[in-house]
Amino acid sequence: MGKPKLAFFDFTGCEGCQIEFTNLGEEAILALLEHVDIVEFREAMTETTTERIDIALVEGSFTREKDRERLQSIRKRSRIVIAYGACACTGGINALRNHQDDYHECVYGADARMPHLQSGPALPISAAIKVDYYAHGCPASKDELVRILSALLHNDTPLIPSYPVCVECKRNETVCRFDEGDYCMGMVARAGCGAPCPALGIPCEACRGFVDEPNLRSLETVLMERAGFSQERAIGKSRMFTANLRS
Amino acid sequence: MLQNVDIDIHHLTRVEGHGNIVVNVSDGTIETCEWQVPENPRFFEAMVRGRHYSEVARITSRICGICAVGHTLASVTATEAALGIEVTPQTRKLRTILKHAENFDSHVLHVYILVAPDLLGAPSVFPLIPTHGEVVVRALRLKRLAHEWGSLIGGRTTHPITVLPGGFSSVPSERDLKAMRDRLVAAVPDLEATIETILSVADKLPAFDRPTEYMAVADDAEYGLFSGRVETVLADGDRASYDVSDYLGITNEFVVPQSTAKHTRNRLRSYAAGALARFNVNYDQLHPEAKKAAEALGLSPICTNPYMNSVAQVVECVHAVHESVRMIDELLEEGVVEEGLVQPTRFGSGVSAVEVPRGILFHDYTYDDEGLCVRANCIIPTNQNHGNIQLDFEELVPQLLEAGAAEDDIALKLSMLVRAYDPCISCSTHYLDVEFKR
Repeated sequence: MGKPKLAFFDFTGCEGCQIEFTNLGEEAILALLEHVDIVEFREAMTETTTERIDIALVEGSFTREKDRERLQSIRKRSRIVIAYGACACTGGINALRNHQDDYHECVYGADARMPHLQSGPALPISAAIKVDYYAHGCPASKDELVRILSALLHNDTPLIPSYPVCVECKRNETVCRFDEGDYCMGMVARAGCGAPCPALGIPCEACRGFVDEPNLRSLETVLMERAGFSQERAIGKSRMFTANLRS
Repeated sequence: MLQNVDIDIHHLTRVEGHGNIVVNVSDGTIETCEWQVPENPRFFEAMVRGRHYSEVARITSRICGICAVGHTLASVTATEAALGIEVTPQTRKLRTILKHAENFDSHVLHVYILVAPDLLGAPSVFPLIPTHGEVVVRALRLKRLAHEWGSLIGGRTTHPITVLPGGFSSVPSERDLKAMRDRLVAAVPDLEATIETILSVADKLPAFDRPTEYMAVADDAEYGLFSGRVETVLADGDRASYDVSDYLGITNEFVVPQSTAKHTRNRLRSYAAGALARFNVNYDQLHPEAKKAAEALGLSPICTNPYMNSVAQVVECVHAVHESVRMIDELLEEGVVEEGLVQPTRFGSGVSAVEVPRGILFHDYTYDDEGLCVRANCIIPTNQNHGNIQLDFEELVPQLLEAGAAEDDIALKLSMLVRAYDPCISCSTHYLDVEFKR
């Protein structure tokens, strides 16, 4: 039996998660290549495959009906599908437009109604196909990706945390953003990134989505009462990377 | 002999984003010769409306995963112009080092992973591991260095963390800066080896010259990066200079009937942005070591061969390393301190021009009295190059037909031409694409 076949696919997004993979460095990438064959990766390879894929990493949001067929074809050919990064997992930053109704006009003016510019709400790829695992984050953590791939190659189940980022800040002994006079969404944000943002002095924006059962009403209240936001700004903030997870 | 050619490259590989090449020649007559862009629109300018100035850059950074540092710097610089913020000299220096890291990072990815396979006759970098293992390992080593160099200042290179309007949320320690300085110096042999590798395959770069207008940021203090003015130069050396705030009059976005994306033009029918444009505009301010590298690589201003953009990127890598070492030395001499963010003095409109790896990038914002964004506009370098790529196609295809080139060879040369511009298509926020008849 040959090595498991790994493939990268991209939909609507910035392709930064694929770039994160190339940042792993020579040791990790060459070691990974001892255990998998990369059979498709349009951003870096001309080769493509029509054969069976063991692990498909799918980056980007599902925004156009015409992309459904390509997603289904990937699903059909792949044993395991991983939503790779925030855009694929939740719709990510692209979903900010889902709460606007004039985004075409805002960007394209008089040309807004031209058919090729039509692009619907930004959805997670799970709106089109079944997803087996989620590599969260904007960008997806490259170290977590290695952990996920390593678990799968050992026929193990990857552990994706569902506790909040606050846990990681406590573990890192990072001073709470609220105590610094700032705001934060770490109390409802899914951990697993290691909480680098609060450690470097900026709020957690919940780029990995929410924990399984977030108290979202309380999130808005905290942003208003402790950070002094207007209700409108608190609602807007709570949708930063999570517009599809909010009403 | 009357030729027939039918090239239809759907979703060209080894470029960032999605683009197509279509050429049809029937009995020697060119019927179609097009560079098309079917990328999905992203609507960032709509999404930042109503957002506080402190979070706008975190959104617009997500326009592009490769030039996220550049988009972040363009965003905070435009916001600072709109809010009357003057950053400290330390912030400027740290941002300059971060910008050099991004250019180096992106150029290494482009030259080694996206372009080199064409020159070495491989479909991608992976088959080169058994045949050119040393080159691949060097590429990945340089890529990782660039990532860690940028992360030291920005916290991360794909969507940096610490870069905010008014300064940094956190600055690197002097100890870490010193360690990075030593790693940069230690990378010099890898840069020399890079030049050797390029020279060994230089004959594979097509000889094709088409003079155009070259546009870049120009600054009296340094090889233009993110402050100063906009300057353009023609092949005969004729220069023109513009204020950054006049960017709409320089870019002139327009729709071409047979074309896909919005194109731009200034003094000619199109212009070029990117490493070669910067080299042509700002050659005099390159670090002496970078000038030596250019000489070794046979590159001198004003170069009008678009395929040489990749060579200009190597020259910029040398410049980035030596300039960063110099700036780290200055910072260590002066001492690095945690500074608070410089606060807004007004709320209004502001424009920035930043040299990202692929060329000049403009961001423009207006804020209301609460510091909330009411209007945004971003003009991306790749969009500014589409028109120039199209005109290159229109001149190159007849030349290749005249020389009796085979269809495969024409397809490869056109793919290599597009790759030479290092397009970053998912960046491009302004599209007007049309469906093409097959």
